[in-house]
Amino acid sequence: MRKRWQRRHIVEGIMKGLMLASFAVVAGSLGLILWIVVSRGLPALTWDMVSQTPKGGFYLGKEGGILNAIIGSLYLAGGGTLLALVFSLPIALYLETYLGDWRWGQYVRLALDVLWGIPSIVYGAFGFTLMLAVGMRASLLGGIFVLTLLELPIMTRAMDEVIRRMPAELEQAALALGSNRLEVATRVVTRQMLPGIVTAILLAFGRGIGDAASVLFTAGFTDRIPKSLLDPAASLPLAVFFQLGMPYPEVQQRAYASALVLTIIVLAISLGSRWISGRLSKYVLK
Amino acid sequence: MSLQDIVIKEQPNAQKEGRPSRPSLASRRRQERVAGRTLFIITLLPVILIVLITAALAMRFWPILKEYSLWELVSGTVWKPMQGKFGFWPFIAGTFWVTIVGVGLAVPPCLLTALYLSEYARAATRALMKPLLDLLAAIPSVVYGVWGVVAIVPFVGDTLAPWCKKTLGFIPLFTSKNPTGYSILAGGIVLAVMIAPFIIAVTYEVLATVSQGLREASLAVGATRWQTIRAIVIRQTMPGIVAGVVLGATRALGETMAVLMVVGNVPQVPKSIFDTAYPLPALIANNYGEMMSIPLYDAALLGAAFMLLVIVLVFNVVSTLVLQRMLGRRWV
Amino acid sequence: MEAHIQVRNLNAFYGKTQSLKDINIEIPRRQITVIMGPSGCGKTTLLKTFNRFLELVDDTKITGEVLVDGRNIYDRDVDVTEVRKCIGLLAQRPYPLPMSIYENVAYGMHIHRMKNSRDEYRKAVRHYLEVTGLYEEVKHRLMTPATSLSIGQQQRLCLARGLAVEPEIILGDEPTSALDPISSQHIERLLLDLKQDYTIVVVTHTLRQAKRLADYVIYMYMGEVLESGPAREVFNNPRHERTRAYLEGQI
Repeated sequence: MRKRWQRRHIVEGIMKGLMLASFAVVAGSLGLILWIVVSRGLPALTWDMVSQTPKGGFYLGKEGGILNAIIGSLYLAGGGTLLALVFSLPIALYLETYLGDWRWGQYVRLALDVLWGIPSIVYGAFGFTLMLAVGMRASLLGGIFVLTLLELPIMTRAMDEVIRRMPAELEQAALALGSNRLEVATRVVTRQMLPGIVTAILLAFGRGIGDAASVLFTAGFTDRIPKSLLDPAASLPLAVFFQLGMPYPEVQQRAYASALVLTIIVLAISLGSRWISGRLSKYVLK
Repeated sequence: MSLQDIVIKEQPNAQKEGRPSRPSLASRRRQERVAGRTLFIITLLPVILIVLITAALAMRFWPILKEYSLWELVSGTVWKPMQGKFGFWPFIAGTFWVTIVGVGLAVPPCLLTALYLSEYARAATRALMKPLLDLLAAIPSVVYGVWGVVAIVPFVGDTLAPWCKKTLGFIPLFTSKNPTGYSILAGGIVLAVMIAPFIIAVTYEVLATVSQGLREASLAVGATRWQTIRAIVIRQTMPGIVAGVVLGATRALGETMAVLMVVGNVPQVPKSIFDTAYPLPALIANNYGEMMSIPLYDAALLGAAFMLLVIVLVFNVVSTLVLQRMLGRRWV
Repeated sequence: MEAHIQVRNLNAFYGKTQSLKDINIEIPRRQITVIMGPSGCGKTTLLKTFNRFLELVDDTKITGEVLVDGRNIYDRDVDVTEVRKCIGLLAQRPYPLPMSIYENVAYGMHIHRMKNSRDEYRKAVRHYLEVTGLYEEVKHRLMTPATSLSIGQQQRLCLARGLAVEPEIILGDEPTSALDPISSQHIERLLLDLKQDYTIVVVTHTLRQAKRLADYVIYMYMGEVLESGPAREVFNNPRHERTRAYLEGQI
């Protein structure tokens, strides 16, 4: 039984080495991205950056900040998430409590998964086409509408998965007590699923706030904070994009800072959703 | 059914006995029926949405199809909207170049990482990896773009391209007149990193469907881990792995901002990985604002969106079906 | 009695909980040794230390020695795949590999490159299918997927797959617990035949099966071996009170 170095042992060693190397490369690129964003962004990040709107000559390197984009992004993603929630919660509940594993449910799930995969630029183009058709200009409302479309499949499928993981006994126990399916859906399922639903909402919000291609034509860009739904709205991803495209180093510095702000928001959401779902799952049956 | 009937019969008695007032069974049943119908209609939404998006883009694409044949548009190499020349080939070629380079760079390390996680890593490492992948997937594409501009483009332009020209210059694929790092390779690298968390997560989920007993059955006759992976694990999960990679590829295909920021955006048919390219999503994003003034321009751009959509839809439906069958659930 | 496996001062830990406590036993060559005891007593854990399967689980630690023919299988320079080649395992339920019946039996032989020609492989596959009594049942469909077999046939196929790499020891981890009574009987009869040539160690939770199979018995309780010895002695005259209680059906 003494170890002899046969070919298969050498192959095993090589493959394991390659796997470890790949793992290191993947983990390393994450580290590299975060490092670049932080190391470039932090020096340029000032309080003015996040507390002021752009003043005259901002895009030439003069005074001001990106508050317009921060607020705009929060409006856009917040609105999109709210609207998406209005549709996705019923769909997710209906999929499970009414349809179960019936074939139609599978088609809806397939449709949602396919929607999830549609590029955001296509959503943007579609949204803009619709807006042209009804004579609407680039506005907060338009951006919210497109982000709703973008977030709907993400939120619905994420919720669907948590709901499906609900123990079947719980649903049956509720049905056995004389509840009908609507009551099961609204009272039992939502309570049991609250952490998962919160996670799904935050996931969709994170996607919405980070997406640039869909709001490029639909929300427009402005230096002011939008006052009504029909005003155009700036967004952080586009602020990064436009500032990076300017030929002045000072403005490019600000692009890095804006990218850092965006990254912090998105990572905070991602970590926050983990924390919240951990906190909320006290009464959840596992 | 019969149980429900019994309950209905009992209900009036219960009320006579003076139970506290609450919604009668009849009204609860009505509620249920109304809610059921409303919910059913809402459930139609996703399906309707796909049809609607496809139809809307097709309709807007239609005007230019009346002037030129689809083949003319797809195979034409000259893009001069002012002169009415709409050749999509440079953009289609650019899209595929960037996607293929990106997927090609991403797949080997991603599959190996997923294999490492599912076959070798300790439970603690796995538990750590999941949130890490979620984080990577959550980073917005613009941030990947910034990273590309700051780190990848200079690296490709100043280091990689000259080195490749010197050592591999005799192969046309590795040499180019493009003096900058804004290139297919830069776009490919950024895409590879962007789709990596997705491919790893899907592949890992697929690999996890192989039962531990099956692995042990192979190990029990004295197979090494890698022999087990090759003969059992990969053999059983191949369709799912392929589907995951294809899904990752469609993500890459449609990615706009990050690629747009690093590929250079020159409408030419690329010949080398160091050439600039101009993928379809970048074309749409860059020109949408100005399209209204030129005849047929918007039809051409929405046509680009339509083509993108159709390619993505076809690949997505097939690979989604494969994955749904294997996993029976959402995979990311 | 000639010992084939000697266990010396063996301790096993899952994380911080100790699941095997200072085990010292000897397992006789070419006999059936049955490990029995109440559930959770460490029977399966002990069995899995013999083919080093315990280390597949995270956070397990093993101290002590398991000597096979006087060689400690936990020594540094021992090749774990050779250990497993030499010590076959029949699992709790059959796991046919996702390939044809023929390939299932040939799998281990291919892995170890044990034969030189296709013809030799074919002969060997036929031989082991005959040994396990499957050949007549499957000879016309050797190339069909192994999953098409009945569960009892699958378990015999798994036995054939294990035998094909020419082990000296066969471990059985409650090998009949997933089977119907007739298939169980089939497996038991096979094990009784095979003890002419192999050392067999079986974990079982049914006393009756233990009585049918055992030449030698190990009784475990809470991670310790309370009693071991020739079957007749232990069954007729248990030395330990708990063993007696178990045999009388009180545990």
